[in-house]
Amino acid sequence: MTASRVAESLLALSQQEELVDLPKNHPLSVSEDEEDSDRERKHQKLLEAISSLDGKNRRKVAERSEAGLKVSEFNVSSEGSGEKLVLADLLEPAKTSSSPSLATVKKQLNRVKSKKTVRLPLHKEEVERILRELAFNKTSQVLSKWDPIVLKNRQANQLVFPLEKEQSAFAPIEHVLSGWTARTLLEQKVFNLLHKNKQPVTDHFLTPMEKASLKAMSLEEAKMHQAELQRARALQSYYEARAQREKKIKSKKYHKIVKKEKAKKALKAFEQLGKVNPTVALEKLEKARIMERMSLKHQNSGKWAKSKVIMAKYDLEAHQAMQEQLSKNKELMQKLQIALESEEEERGPEEVEELLIPGVVNKVQMNADGPNPWMLSSCTQDSREAETHEDLEELPEPVAHEVSESEVDEGPVAEEEILLKEFEEWRSLRRRSELSQDAELVGSQETKESSSQEKLSELRAPSQRFKENHQSWKPKASPTGTVPQAHREEPSLEEEEPLLLQRPKRVQTLEELEELEKEECSQSQEFFRPGLEGQQLERNPNNLSNAPKEKKKKEQMLDLQNLLTTKSPSVRSLAVPTTLKEVDDEEERDQKQMIKEAFAGDDVIKDFLKEKRDTIEASKSKDMDLTLPGWGKWGGMGLKPSAKKRRHFLIKAPGPPRKDKNFPNVIINEKRNIHAAAHQVQVLPYPFTHHSQFERTVQTPIGSTWNTQRAFQKLTTPKVVTKPGHIIKPIKAEDVGYWSSSRSDLSVMQRYPKQLSMSHKKQLKKNSVD
Amino acid sequence: MKVKMLSRNPDTYVRETKLDLQKVPRNYDPTLHPFEVPREYVRALNATKLERVFAKPFLASLDGHRDGVNCLAKHPKSLATVLSGACDGEVKIWNLSQRKCIRTIQAHEGFVRGICTRFCGTSFFTVGDDKTVKQWKMDGPGYGEEEEPLHTILGKTVYTGIDHHWKEPLFATCGQQVDIWDEQKTNPICSMTWGFDSISSVKFNPIETFLLGSCASDRNIVLYDMRQATPLKKVILDMRTNTICWNPMEAFIFTAANEDYNLYTFDMRALDTPVMVHMDHVSAVLDVDYSPTGKEFVSASFDKSIRIFPVARSQSREVYHTKRMQHVICVKWTSDNKYIMCGSDEMNIRLWKANASEKLGVLTSREKAAKDYNQKLKEKFQHYPHIKRISRHRHLPKSIYSQIQEQRIMKEARRRKEVNRLKHSKPGSVSIVSKKKKHIVAVVK
Repeated sequence: MTASRVAESLLALSQQEELVDLPKNHPLSVSEDEEDSDRERKHQKLLEAISSLDGKNRRKVAERSEAGLKVSEFNVSSEGSGEKLVLADLLEPAKTSSSPSLATVKKQLNRVKSKKTVRLPLHKEEVERILRELAFNKTSQVLSKWDPIVLKNRQANQLVFPLEKEQSAFAPIEHVLSGWTARTLLEQKVFNLLHKNKQPVTDHFLTPMEKASLKAMSLEEAKMHQAELQRARALQSYYEARAQREKKIKSKKYHKIVKKEKAKKALKAFEQLGKVNPTVALEKLEKARIMERMSLKHQNSGKWAKSKVIMAKYDLEAHQAMQEQLSKNKELMQKLQIALESEEEERGPEEVEELLIPGVVNKVQMNADGPNPWMLSSCTQDSREAETHEDLEELPEPVAHEVSESEVDEGPVAEEEILLKEFEEWRSLRRRSELSQDAELVGSQETKESSSQEKLSELRAPSQRFKENHQSWKPKASPTGTVPQAHREEPSLEEEEPLLLQRPKRVQTLEELEELEKEECSQSQEFFRPGLEGQQLERNPNNLSNAPKEKKKKEQMLDLQNLLTTKSPSVRSLAVPTTLKEVDDEEERDQKQMIKEAFAGDDVIKDFLKEKRDTIEASKSKDMDLTLPGWGKWGGMGLKPSAKKRRHFLIKAPGPPRKDKNFPNVIINEKRNIHAAAHQVQVLPYPFTHHSQFERTVQTPIGSTWNTQRAFQKLTTPKVVTKPGHIIKPIKAEDVGYWSSSRSDLSVMQRYPKQLSMSHKKQLKKNSVD
Repeated sequence: MKVKMLSRNPDTYVRETKLDLQKVPRNYDPTLHPFEVPREYVRALNATKLERVFAKPFLASLDGHRDGVNCLAKHPKSLATVLSGACDGEVKIWNLSQRKCIRTIQAHEGFVRGICTRFCGTSFFTVGDDKTVKQWKMDGPGYGEEEEPLHTILGKTVYTGIDHHWKEPLFATCGQQVDIWDEQKTNPICSMTWGFDSISSVKFNPIETFLLGSCASDRNIVLYDMRQATPLKKVILDMRTNTICWNPMEAFIFTAANEDYNLYTFDMRALDTPVMVHMDHVSAVLDVDYSPTGKEFVSASFDKSIRIFPVARSQSREVYHTKRMQHVICVKWTSDNKYIMCGSDEMNIRLWKANASEKLGVLTSREKAAKDYNQKLKEKFQHYPHIKRISRHRHLPKSIYSQIQEQRIMKEARRRKEVNRLKHSKPGSVSIVSKKKKHIVAVVK
């Protein structure tokens, strides 16, 4: 304690010394004697300070010991002069002297001078106004914290009242588990197992073993290790999921593709092997052959194969599958190319085959199976022509199958289907022509002059095509290069098509005639109109290709477009005054020429006609065909409901003729329906900016007829939900996560402390606690 | 040969227990359910028609007062309890579920000017023409006890309104000035004035509870801050405001019921332009009360009708009236957002449904789903002319109807005159004042 006090006093002393030193630094007032005396004084003081360390002596107040005119700097006395001391007198030396120590004083003086007198206080009302304004600003600032909440509530899709939510208590899983005991035998067993393995029960991810190993590693290593583990797990789960997914795929096509891919891969690998190490490859091949010979796998002797044998008569697929099996067997059994195929070896399995397979299968196989060298040898050039009829009966389906099997692209299949259909049609027609019953019906509509002979000759075309197709498909049977060939085939087919065009199409001609009767100027569009009937849809690809030819025919019959186009210029020329025509005939001709040249590109009349046609097409209500193929009659491929039936079930589009029917140069819009207009919105409602927006909102249905239950519930959520019988309290700051500012309401009382007694304050507290 | 058969697995359609929901397989293929828009339109049309058919909002009339009902108050904790004060100084406490008066107090001599309940629901305060403020217990006196107020404060002037603080034992009265009282004291702890006119009503803000609003007969609305014991701002309207009501969900929004047949919704931070002017009444609007959800409010008018306005709309969505209901003086929206009560001149308190066609009672889930769906359909097709016409159609008594026609003509004439003035004066000399701003005379800081 004492030491610290001494230190303080020493500090004070040193400060005093500095103060004392200050004037001495002044060069004018310093003399050497004084300096000496000063030293002495200092010494004295130091001694005193040291002596005061014992605590008894106190510091003496400095006294003036000597009298003199000279007054020290710190004790100013006004004695002697009887006048009052004026500030200016004191400041005189400061003004005159230019010492830096007085600069601060000068500055202060200047500042004092520059200050003005205080104004009168404001009027009471003014003050109040300012206070009010301040208070208002403050309050509106406080209120602005509600802005986001208010905005949110206004825009909310759904508000649920009352706003206070009862918080449900969540217990951590450890707590739940601790209170739970294994009761049943199974549970106990499971728990025993878990405990034996020290498997973490609650939330830990790793077993103690894993943890220990983790601890043994450095942090980075551990991280790496963990990441690796995680990755492995993820990969595993991914592969598992993938395998499961793939396993679940039911599509036969998919599995076929997969199988094929695998086979391809194996083949490739084998080829590689053959290149790299031919001896091993040969061995492998030999081994495969041996294995095949050993087993009965591909010999159609299994349960499945037997069942297929039974089905093969009726089911083409089964047939095909069997064929495949056999071919595989053969392939595998084949001895290597280097070695000569001995007849005996081959005949062996063949005999077995013949024993197993009924005749039907073999017969077809003769035609269909490509890679079989046996078959190839049997198919000679001479026999082919003889076979054509048989071919046509039996071939198309197998071909189709091959394609559907091998197809990866859509193109060839579609083509094939078209071919098939054509063929079927052709077949049915041929049957008819043989019976010569329907021939009249066919001929009666449009092509009366064309004889059935002609038709037959025309019909022969597809058969030719099929022959060619068959040829083209034959090489395809080899495992590679099927698709490109098919592609190559396409253009040639298209070139061929005009030959096939002349087929009579009864339904269409009938309808077209009707259409002609009804609408005179719409025939050229006929083909592009989407047909309602299934028949038409079926034939659509043909229709498109047939279009140009039939157009020609119609033009011969009645070319209305020509009529119109020739007519309308004459109308135009009539409009031109005749006198002018006479006078400047040449000029006009020139002008006409010029106009013609100027508008060479666009044909206005044609455009108009097209527009009119389009509008008529668009506005026309379509006929409804209710025929059901197979209803009351035999149904199936290639069978069509009779014309009578179709006529019976065709419901013609109602409606009066168009108003602009007789005005070639006018389009009258008949879209507006007065009856419907009463139910339509005439003006775009407010929040929408474009009619399409509004239409979109209307067009999405919200009912449960069109939406799933969940979607329906979501779509029909009410905007405000209230609980019946519950009081809805005003929103509170606490509800939305704010501190309520109203806690400081009590500050009113703090402003009026005089009026509040202590007892009252207690009461208040009690109330607020309540 | 494989024969294909139709077969059904019972697992797909048989319930495990009786309590399970029936599986109803549905095909949502849009081609199977065509004409979705027309079908939904018809459904919406039917829903709208049914809504109008079932719109029977009037529930009950509580009679028993012997003079016009001057003020109403809700109980903060009980939905079934309502308090009413009449012009003869009588206060009645009603049980709504029984539709009976359960207690009658002769509280004042002369009018009961104002009534309010304490936030905890244990007592209530009344002010009357006899210059007194009285605090009463909510429960009736025991057997043999006399009906006496807990406290009585004798004031110097007449009090015209009272409102209790939402959280603390404070209440505010108005008359010559706005006084804030402590429940335990006989002198106000603070009184605030601005101007020298009688103040007709004072209301605490339910959210920022230190805020107050009052309206005086010199056509102004004044806002106060209780913490700083100072008025904040004053807005002067064309005509006198009878009462104001704060939005219970939006702290800065309040609605003022004005004598000029309109209601004005203000944002208190921007008093120079009302947020919305609600105009459908044809006579002075006497009272207004917000729904507890803050989305709508109900107004009582001298034209013998009450109207329900959505906050954001200037037109009312509903008008209620009966033959016997006279000038409606006070109105309240119950705290469960379901009912509306109004007290009128001819001594009755009437109970209405807030949603006219709503089915009361517990709804099954299917009913609820159908209700929601119908509501959404009505919303979706609300702009279609037929639906719009049907949903907007209301029957009005002849007096109100003719008044509306008359006022429409007057309004049109005024508008035409304005347009003409604008047309025939030097451009720039006549300023166009927006409809909202037209009724604001001044904002005083």
